Amino acid sequence: MSLFDYTLKELQDKLHNKEISVSDLVEASYARINEVDDQVKAFLTLNEEEAKEQAKQLDEQLGENPSILYGMPIGIKDNIVTKGLRTTCASQILDNLNDPLYDATVVEKLKEEKTVTIGKLNMDEFAMGSSNENSSYQKTRNPWNTDYVPGGSSGGSAASVAAGEVFFSLGSDTGGSIRQPAAFCGVVGLKPTYGLVSRFGLVAFASSLDQIGPITRTVEDNAHLLQAIVGQDKMDSTSANVDVPNYSEVINQDVEGLRIAVPKEYLQEGVNPEVRETVLEALKQYEELGATWEEVSLPHSKYAVAAYYLLSSSEASANLARFDGVRYGVRSEKADNMLDMFKLSRAEGFGDEVKRRIMLGTFALSSGYYDAYYKKAQKVRTLIKNDFEKVFEDYDVIVGPTTPTPAFKVGENIDDPLTMYANDILTIPVNLAGVPGISLPCGFSSEGLPIGLQIIGKHFDESKVYRAAHAFEKATDHHKKRPSLGGEA
Amino acid sequence: MAEISKDQVKHVANLARLALEEEEVEKMTKQLGDIINYAELLNELDTDDVEPTTHVLDLKNVMRKDEPKEWIKKEDALKNAPDEEDGQFQVPSILE
Repeated sequence: MSLFDYTLKELQDKLHNKEISVSDLVEASYARINEVDDQVKAFLTLNEEEAKEQAKQLDEQLGENPSILYGMPIGIKDNIVTKGLRTTCASQILDNLNDPLYDATVVEKLKEEKTVTIGKLNMDEFAMGSSNENSSYQKTRNPWNTDYVPGGSSGGSAASVAAGEVFFSLGSDTGGSIRQPAAFCGVVGLKPTYGLVSRFGLVAFASSLDQIGPITRTVEDNAHLLQAIVGQDKMDSTSANVDVPNYSEVINQDVEGLRIAVPKEYLQEGVNPEVRETVLEALKQYEELGATWEEVSLPHSKYAVAAYYLLSSSEASANLARFDGVRYGVRSEKADNMLDMFKLSRAEGFGDEVKRRIMLGTFALSSGYYDAYYKKAQKVRTLIKNDFEKVFEDYDVIVGPTTPTPAFKVGENIDDPLTMYANDILTIPVNLAGVPGISLPCGFSSEGLPIGLQIIGKHFDESKVYRAAHAFEKATDHHKKRPSLGGEA
Repeated sequence: MAEISKDQVKHVANLARLALEEEEVEKMTKQLGDIINYAELLNELDTDDVEPTTHVLDLKNVMRKDEPKEWIKKEDALKNAPDEEDGQFQVPSILE
């Protein structure tokens, strides 16, 4: 059994009783990375020297009442800025950003909690993708079967936790980028309500949709990690001023009488029969636990993907305008005037998918097309948001699959953007509505690949989402299974 | 059916400050056309009386005092620059 098979609480007890040290945890992390990362390829940058030094200091300073995250090895998605630690967004245009000048707010908060940053995790370039095949450095593999993708864009974040390389990680989710890879890799991933977690220092993709969130092996540990990173932040004017409950306490309430809505659109054709059956089994489990469920409709679901690609690409085209080869990042050597320098630096620095989305967004925002595409998509976003609000008048949570299928093979969808986009059909509406959603393991396909259950809540009602997830996890064993990768995980 | 032409793709690429090879223009014309055609799906919906959503939370303008504060120092800001001279970012000539 690996150290990372224990829960946070168990590890903190062990730390306190001096059965283990922070150095043991950090050594275990790098030992596992050395053992399996040539197969998994989750890490872009390691922070080994600093992390081992920090572990020594934390072992010396361990006091009476440490934070519950004290000394825990964490991996950070590479679009979250870390002071002095290379941050590339898996893009060639930031290949030389070896010495970032500040920490993202979430990273500052983790430092206060005394976690140890093990390294930076691979992703689809600028978080655009669903398979990690859009990374300009390497293709992260699914630890359950390395012929398959880990999902994306937080593929490195999910795979590193599933492979036991770190205790937990942070990802970011714009249209499913935490929940989809969590589902594919059999781990727990939460996209918080828009505004719950500061986005300061998260390299912006689509500012009205992006959220940072935790990826862990258990729901309880997920709640602990979320607790550490939430809160209003002066540096992010869209972060919300809301009362935050003690998540790790509220998750222990049972689900007796919980009213679950199951959108019929989330179990329709296009959803793989094994996935559908597994989700129906999970609903039976909820019945046994005393919850009730009914079928409902989110009638505008089929428009979500189209609206999302117009809106997120439009926002991206504006956000990515900052990468111009002037202040930081890579500059083309071929240009002899300023305009060509912009154009060539961006042409050389961005990959195909990023270029495609910048082009789509620029088109949708351009004169003569703005109303027909961008504004139209914003109006459809209102309809999708209203769908959710209507269901939440009568129900506590919405439950369905996280993805229409289990993980697909590396290379299977890469040449067809529209098929790739369809992967996110069940996660995208959640970002458009700004509500919280979690994915947790609820079973395995006949090929042994994990299947994710998605639980969606009202704005700022992470408590009920966690409560429903925790009750299911306690009643089942799916989260205890480990990939057989390179021996014992 | 929405059509997008190669000239439109070149125009948009210029707006986006992206140099595209002729081959990329071909491919982008086809792929953008496909995506935009797919987006035509939204026209099934009558949205005349629907307000657009720009932001999901009920947030009004968030104001703060306009006060100078310590932030990144000039020498640090220049540390990651591709080129610098005399404490400033250096770029190629703007005028021909």
